[in-house]
Amino acid sequence: MLQTYQYPEFQYVPPRELSSDTVTRKPAVVVGAGPIGLTAALDLAAQGVPVVVLDDNNTVSIGSRAVCYAKRALEVWDRLGVAGPMVDKGIGWKIGKVFRDEEMVYQFDLLPEADHKMPAFINLQQYYLEEYLVERCKAYGDLVDLRWKNKVTGLENNADHVALTIATPDGDYRLDADWVIACDGAKSDIRGMIGASFEGQAFQDRFLIADVVMKADFPTERWFWFNPPFHRNQSVLLHKQCDNVWRIDFQLGWDADPEEEKKPENVIPRLKAMLGEDTEFELEWVSVYQFACRRMEHFRHGRLLFAGDAAHQVSPFGARGANTGVQDIDNLSWKLKRVMDGTAPESLLDTYDTERVFAADDNLMNSTRSTDFITPKSPISRAFRDATLDLAREHPFARALVNSGRLSMPTPYAASPLNTPDTDAFKGRMTPGTPAADAPVTADGQDAWLLNRLGGDFTVLYFTLDGGVPDELKAFEDDPAGVKVVTVGPGGLADVKGLVAERYDATPGSVYLIRPDQYVAARFRQFDARRLRVALDTALGKG
Amino acid sequence: MFIDKDKTVREDGMTKLTTQPNLSRPDDFYEALIEAHRGLSDDQSRDVNCKLVLLLANHIGDMDVLKDALEMARKGHEPETAT
Ligand SMILES: Cc1cc2nc3c(=O)[nH]c(=O)nc-3n(C[C@H](O)[C@H](O)[C@H](O)COP(=O)(O)OP(=O)(O)OC[C@H]3O[C@@H](n4cnc5c(N)ncnc54)[C@H](O)[C@@H]3O)c2cc1C
Repeated sequence: MLQTYQYPEFQYVPPRELSSDTVTRKPAVVVGAGPIGLTAALDLAAQGVPVVVLDDNNTVSIGSRAVCYAKRALEVWDRLGVAGPMVDKGIGWKIGKVFRDEEMVYQFDLLPEADHKMPAFINLQQYYLEEYLVERCKAYGDLVDLRWKNKVTGLENNADHVALTIATPDGDYRLDADWVIACDGAKSDIRGMIGASFEGQAFQDRFLIADVVMKADFPTERWFWFNPPFHRNQSVLLHKQCDNVWRIDFQLGWDADPEEEKKPENVIPRLKAMLGEDTEFELEWVSVYQFACRRMEHFRHGRLLFAGDAAHQVSPFGARGANTGVQDIDNLSWKLKRVMDGTAPESLLDTYDTERVFAADDNLMNSTRSTDFITPKSPISRAFRDATLDLAREHPFARALVNSGRLSMPTPYAASPLNTPDTDAFKGRMTPGTPAADAPVTADGQDAWLLNRLGGDFTVLYFTLDGGVPDELKAFEDDPAGVKVVTVGPGGLADVKGLVAERYDATPGSVYLIRPDQYVAARFRQFDARRLRVALDTALGKG
Repeated sequence: MFIDKDKTVREDGMTKLTTQPNLSRPDDFYEALIEAHRGLSDDQSRDVNCKLVLLLANHIGDMDVLKDALEMARKGHEPETAT
């Protein structure tokens, strides 16, 4: 088969600990160098925490896996300085078409809201994503200690540390860690080692995933077929990736034999029927997947924290796996850093569990809904699905019901204990627990983006009328938990398009407290030192 | 800790769904309903009913009303096989 991509081979270096008699203790160890583990390493390093990353392999993700990354995940990667190459290489699309039988039912334009730095999403092969993340990790030098061909084979989850046994090509060694983040994927060995459950629903269906290289000028659109003539009674998805690689997902049904289906002599006729006899293409990758929706009951187990596919697995409809896993890390890293520093109580980490379990359930619900629409489980479910598609041809209301995968959107932590519920009147979407919206600004006359000014530390976003900032407000910058004051107005960021004020429903004097992960914690119409202090303590889990 | 925001219970414990007589011409409606299925096979009728449900649901729009109706329609029907 063709190869448009050269898999890098990362160098295995025998760890120092192999030849040492004493056991080393590290502040933070990440298990797994997939998209989530690498993001965890970057987020910890960005806060100055040295981190060891252990991965049993020595390259990036093999074959065709994640394709779509949505805006919120891109914003997290942008906060970590790695979104640039992803967006540059990635492919954007706006038009989606839904087909049924021989005909197009309707098409939609995503029309993303303008004036955000990050696009609504991009398509990019997972191996590129991981390559860029590894490159960015390397820029941190010794702070990120990437250990390839280091497989965790044993784990002891103690009250005050986690002890790991690690196998390398040169033998085993032990490493202790104050904290461990397990990002070792859906089959998580670590999860097995602590005997934690991973429950949910496995779908009685199989999907053939094919990457096809094709020069044909198919438009850069997302095409979804229900019951197409070239693949009766099933669904098919066509998506463009980089380097003229197209991703095609064929629903196969439960009775399909994965080994048979994977054979090029069976795949190629299917593709020909779909792309047309005359379209030239080459097969680059074929695999057959079975999807499941499940999660761990808890993502925190003392000093061992689970994130990404290890903690929750969703079906790929709606492209949620990596997108949501990245947001686990966004949520976890700042909390972990503050617990390490003693500026927040250890119980702050329990809110990682509550907030991200809540988000996981939201994702599981969304991908289960898509799966139920795409692969109806009963005759009546199928009848409703077909009725919806029938009506969708003519009636926009029915198009809203057609669910071929919903775009991954961040889950607001609506009832999180870290929020300070509004007491002042505010309109708009920026309620506490919501990720802060981006907007264009200028800083010292230069174009800039609001989101790039938020995050990392707590941010007090202050809307000043005359450029003045109360001394008591400035004093928050001395807080050991890490607080910065960002002003909008004279002397601060210029709200050139008025979109900051609009998106935040801000008036002169308005104050927002924004968490290091860019989520709104609290907001007030006027600055009041006591109220802000209570809100900060609440957001640090001291409430 | 998190609350199901979709669950609204009205203070008076009443449903929002109107079950009081509300059809201006009940006999006409009933006839039209049966007429809409005339000559159709069971499968076709099922499809017509599905569309009807979707069209009416959209017209109603209010999720609370729809939930009440779904619940009331299912009342007394228990699954025949364990799922
Ligand atoms: C067909 C398909 C399509 C998808 N499409 C999308 C999409 O469009 N968008 C999206 O967001 N997501 C998508 N996903 C999901 C996405 O691929 C996953 O959610 C993502 O890879 C999860 O990242 P992770 O880092 O948690 O786990 P993984 O990527 O699985 O990485 C785990 C890492 O841990 C390592 N490891 C495992 N065990 C050990 C051990 N004992 N010791 C050391 N290292 C270990 C592995 O080698 C691996 O490198 C898709 C998935 C599939 C299969």
